[in-house]
This record gives sequence, structure tokens and C-alpha cells, in this order.
Amino acid sequence: MVTQYIFYILSAIAIAGALIVVFNRNPVYNVLAIILTFFAIAGHYFLLNTQFLAAVHIIVYAGAIMVLFLYVIMMLNLNVETEANKSNLAKVGAVVTGGLLMLVLVVAFKSAEKMAMAGNIDPKMGLIGNLGTVLYRQYLLPFEVSSVLFLVGMVGAVMLGKKEIQ
Amino acid sequence: MNNLQSQMIVEGVPLLHYIWLSAILFSLGVMGVLYRRNAIVIFMCIELMLNAVNLLLVAFSRFYNDAGGQVFVFFIMAVAAAEVAVGLAILMMIFRNTQSTDIDFLNRLKF
Repeated sequence: MVTQYIFYILSAIAIAGALIVVFNRNPVYNVLAIILTFFAIAGHYFLLNTQFLAAVHIIVYAGAIMVLFLYVIMMLNLNVETEANKSNLAKVGAVVTGGLLMLVLVVAFKSAEKMAMAGNIDPKMGLIGNLGTVLYRQYLLPFEVSSVLFLVGMVGAVMLGKKEIQ
Repeated sequence: MNNLQSQMIVEGVPLLHYIWLSAILFSLGVMGVLYRRNAIVIFMCIELMLNAVNLLLVAFSRFYNDAGGQVFVFFIMAVAAAEVAVGLAILMMIFRNTQSTDIDFLNRLKF
């Protein structure tokens, strides 16, 4: 089926991008690779028929957060491969830890598959009208609190970015 | 027609494959945090982990037919944006004081 092929292609792109992020030593290439991964994840959101989240994901992650990362890397002039190596023991430990964690996660979530609904999935659930209704009826308080969080984050970033803190 | 197409899209890929993909992305993020020494790259790996969790939340919300999961992803994105703004400001301050973003220079809190 076409959707399955699209799923596997997008998954391969996402995992390849994540591997470049972990193992390439140039931070600029890391940022570009993680943008590739984010676009692949946005494709997954489209595949799951959640168009609103796909658009927000591209705008917020690829458009805002990663541009901020790239901006900081270029402003700090870090676009060279000057990063020192960790010890081999730490590297092997990191890879083994990651692999074991992956197995644990898959086994832990595997039983959730049996409870998934097979039929009568609402195709309009991920559209903006339906999501907006849920957001403003059931999650109104968290929505307002997140605006306070943004204000605090903005003040904190400005305060930390000042030249001297008295 | 629309309904049929959507069911095919969801049923074409089993939920287990989404679980595998998210687990692989999450553990690659953990691996990156332990593997790298550049603080900005470690930050990026944290974003990778957040995105793996987001993907799994959307997949579960789709398969369980519950819109709450997608609203939760929306909030996670908002928190991630605020976190990145503050975190990068802290990194800039560290760079201004130590002329480096290597985490092994910042070992005064080390046990």
C-alpha cells in the first residue's frame, strides 16, 4: 500500500537525520540534519491525518526553534569541528544505554497495541475546528497558564542575555 | 470516501511500528546526550526526545480516537519553545564567561 511505503521512507529519513545529529561533529550539519528529521516527523503527522499539528510543528520547530539554534551557533562561531572526544568507555556506555533503553521502551509500550481501536476512527478529529473546540472547552486553563509561561520565559531570556547582572 | 481513506491510512501502518519509530528516535536522543560534549548539540538531542514523545502521543491519540493527546502535543510544543529561549540564553551566558560550550568545563556541580 502507498501509505506504508510513505511511512517507511519518512521513518528512514527521520532516523538517518537523528543519526547524523548524534554522530556528525559539525554543529551546523547537526542543525540541518535535525531540521530534516523534523520535516519527516511533520510528514508522519500528515500521514496520521492531523494537519493542524503538522503545520504548527513546521512553524514552531523548523521555523522558530531551529533558526534560533542556527543563529546562536553562527553567533558563537562554533561552525568548526573543534569538539573534543569523550573517552571510549563513555561512548560505548552511551550506545549500550541507548540500545537497552530502546528495547525497554518497545516492550513497555507493546501491550498498548492490543487496546487500540480498529474501526470507527473519526477522520475529522485532527482538523483545526475539532481541536479548537477541545482546546477552548476542556483545556482553557492550561492554555492561559502557558501564556504566563511565555511571558516568564521572555523576561528570563532578556534578563540572562543582559551584559551584566547586578 | 473520506472516511474510508482515513481508515486505510491509519490501518495501513500498525501502531507497533509507530512505537518502534518513537523508541528509536528517543533512544537516539538519549544516546546523543550521553555521547556529545557540545552543550548546544545536547540541547538539540533533548528536542529530538521531545519530538519522539510527540509523535507517539499523536499516534496513540489517533488510534484511541481521543483528541486530548493532540492538545497535549500542542502544549508540549509551547513549553519546548519557552525552554529553548531560556536555555539558549543560559548557553550564551556560559559562553561569555568560559569562551566555550564544552560541558566538561562546567564540572563544579559534579559529584
